[in-house]
Amino acid sequence: MSDGIEEFRSRILERKPLRLRGGGSKDFYGGPLQGEMLDTRGYSGIVGYEPTELVITARAGTPLAELESALATRRQVLACEPPHFGAATVGGVVAAGLSGPRRATAGSLRDYVLGVKLMDGEGRELNFGGQVMKNVAGFDVSRLIAGSLGTLGLILEVSLKVFPLPVAEATLRFELPQDRALDAMNRWAGQPVPLAATCWQDDVLTLRLCGAQAAITAACENLGGERIAEPDATSFWAALREQTTAFFAGDAPLWRLSLPSVTPPLDLPGSQLIEWGGAQRWLRGAGDVASLRETAAKAGGHATLFRGGDKNGGVFSPLPPALMEVHRRLKQSFDPYGVFNPGRLYPEL
Amino acid sequence: MINNEHSADRAQDVASREALLAELARVLPVEALLSADEDLKPYECDGLTAYRALPWAVALPQNEDQVVAVLKVCHARQVPVVARGAGTGLSGGATPVVQGVVLSLAKFMRILEIDPLARLARVQPGVRNLAISEAAATYCLYYAPDPSSQIACTIGGNVAENSGGVHCLKYGLTLHNVARLRVALMNGEVIEIGSHALDDPGYDLLALMIGSEGMLGVVLEVTVKLTPKPRTAQVVMASFDSVIDAGDAVAAIIAAGIIPAGLEMMDKLATAAVEDFVHAGYDLTAAAILLAESDGAAEEVAEEIATMSVLLEQNGARQLRISQSEAERLKYWAGRKAAFPAVGRITPDYMCMDGTIPRKHLSHVLTRIAELSAEFHLRCANVFHAGDGNLHPLIMFDARNPGETERAIAFGAKILELSVDVGGTITGEHGVGIEKVKQMCVQFSREELDKFHAVKAAFDPLTLLNPGKAVPYPRHCSEYRLTGSAK
Ligand SMILES: Cc1cc2nc3c(=O)[nH]c(=O)nc-3n(C[C@H](O)[C@H](O)[C@H](O)COP(=O)(O)OP(=O)(O)OC[C@H]3O[C@@H](n4cnc5c(N)ncnc54)[C@H](O)[C@@H]3O)c2cc1C
Repeated sequence: MSDGIEEFRSRILERKPLRLRGGGSKDFYGGPLQGEMLDTRGYSGIVGYEPTELVITARAGTPLAELESALATRRQVLACEPPHFGAATVGGVVAAGLSGPRRATAGSLRDYVLGVKLMDGEGRELNFGGQVMKNVAGFDVSRLIAGSLGTLGLILEVSLKVFPLPVAEATLRFELPQDRALDAMNRWAGQPVPLAATCWQDDVLTLRLCGAQAAITAACENLGGERIAEPDATSFWAALREQTTAFFAGDAPLWRLSLPSVTPPLDLPGSQLIEWGGAQRWLRGAGDVASLRETAAKAGGHATLFRGGDKNGGVFSPLPPALMEVHRRLKQSFDPYGVFNPGRLYPEL
Repeated sequence: MINNEHSADRAQDVASREALLAELARVLPVEALLSADEDLKPYECDGLTAYRALPWAVALPQNEDQVVAVLKVCHARQVPVVARGAGTGLSGGATPVVQGVVLSLAKFMRILEIDPLARLARVQPGVRNLAISEAAATYCLYYAPDPSSQIACTIGGNVAENSGGVHCLKYGLTLHNVARLRVALMNGEVIEIGSHALDDPGYDLLALMIGSEGMLGVVLEVTVKLTPKPRTAQVVMASFDSVIDAGDAVAAIIAAGIIPAGLEMMDKLATAAVEDFVHAGYDLTAAAILLAESDGAAEEVAEEIATMSVLLEQNGARQLRISQSEAERLKYWAGRKAAFPAVGRITPDYMCMDGTIPRKHLSHVLTRIAELSAEFHLRCANVFHAGDGNLHPLIMFDARNPGETERAIAFGAKILELSVDVGGTITGEHGVGIEKVKQMCVQFSREELDKFHAVKAAFDPLTLLNPGKAVPYPRHCSEYRLTGSAK
């Protein structure tokens, strides 16, 4: 396997732009794809899995599906449910930093990153974090890498915290207009209800509960609503995670608004789907970039052109100058020759 | 830089100090600037009392403008600044830098806003950890990370150390419970990192800030996430004849798919110290005591406690006691939470270690610690966040005996190296500070340490905020290498 590493190193040391890529499942995401392809899939395999220590370590090219089936044999999961969107690899999942339906209650992908082995722009192998759950030695670079879209280095290996598969699940459905649904989601989240995920669309609120059997039974009684039978419920949440439902089909630009969960209904052109208790709102439609960004910023959040559309207006909300300056210095230190995924996150990086 | 021998340098120092004090006096009210030795004394150390230093001055600003003004003065004069909360840190993070300014956030004690619907609290950095939960209690919400020092320690200090507590296995560390920070950079520029949304564009600078030991910016405001209070909670207390059995029981509980709300272990020496202090009725004959808590709906707790009880017994627990009331539950925890002060009562001084290890190496590590304890002729009690592998050996010593402090430090260093050897880390929640700065050379390579310096420089290019802490310079490592173990 060190062959793989040496090959990566020699590519990096050429100091020419590289486009880091695993399964290509997130090619659609972020800024333009520039540079020569560096495929990580040859560098694959689960390096260590300790179910009773709640940690798994895998090489970057390991398919997410492989990792998840290893976990399933011990009834464990990645509780943040990162989307696959195709043949995702573990490295790509960490680089993209996306989380799925359970994010609002279970935490984000970055929350589950324990350690990262990285190759920097000068071909050096660096280890940050580790395989233990609590670790404050040095700045938390491994979590900085999560969501950095491959712009700080080539991820070689990652250690992730895993959690037990919930013993029981239930899915409930309610007819509710958007304002009442937002209110309900926020109120329930403030109560000791085993809430796992929420989804609102077309005046229907779907709620997923995960936890101990007794807790689920009690919650179903208290909350009411229509109980969805299990096979349908499972496929509903899987389709939401993978964005294969009708809402996500077609070519219209898909915007992702990340907002404080209590943000009131936003009057925006196009149809909306709400997740994460109100904190993630998907919008289909060719809205005006500037006004979308302004609406999101006013509410205390940001807007990403997630899929499709015209990327010339920028994919991610622009950063204030002081923050961009910190970004630039970090980039300069990890990737002084601008090798890794130039422009994928911001044109400046 | 520190011990200037030459009187010319000394004269210059005096002049620089006078000039600095004059400038600070212009931006701070009289009572907010301390410079007399007797006023500086209370700030000479934090909870790690083995290291002390007197700063040039202590500033106690009362508002953001004053913080910014102090930083600008110090930045312009290139004077180091050390932020300080309650000073309960255990790694020397808040130890003053000689010829520097201590910036105390003690006056920033206001809870600015609690939004029960959004489950967020916006607070000033000097607010005590427990005060947040007390204020949120009206809404049946609380702030989950509960360091044992929560009565005293500040949220600013918690952010700087990424503090944990006995309930962090299930509810996460500070990192998982902070949404946004308002931060002053060393040059006085104020920025916001994070938001009340669940993520932000760009790099995750919030992750960098949390646990950065006051080296990247001064935290001016913190938004924390609040968690709904569980309906009920119960704790099982189990006694074991061997720490190995207790460790196996922990693994069995987790393998069964249970994440207890708390999962803590104490060895015999720690249990004895604690029992003497809180009289919780701990089993003094046990080699190890395990506390396993379940919280949630009543039915759920009953189910989980039953399952855990079976697993504990299957793994050799010889006595189980289940809390029968909230008062009893709190009593069982009181001892664990008071473990450090309890040990403090049976020894003139102690040093608290903080390595995290993969739990499967627990028995090896404890055996080795017992051997080292004999070698160094120093007693050591062990308190263990068993669920997440974070071990707190408490080394007891008497600083009045010549050489004993050094021996305690050397013993501690061996434990830190041992933690790294078994694949763990030198610090799980207390931070590197000055205490463990040399052992960073054991855990990280030169290149990795360089990256940490670069991260610092991205926020603080002149290296003025809490310099010399947490990340060693090459010279530290070469000195340490001479004694053996650095990478
Ligand atoms: C008896 C006892 C029990 C403890 N139990 C635990 C425990 O269970 N879990 C745990 O994790 N820790 C524990 N600790 C350690 C300590 O309480 C924590 O590290 C705590 O977070 C420190 O908070 P503080 O306000 O006292 O910070 P200080 O000690 O004042 O400072 C700690 C660090 O934070 C920086 N800092 C402080 N305020 C700011 C700010 N506003 N902006 C930027 N930097 C700042 C300082 O520069 C320093 O580096 C314990 C300590 C004691 C004495």
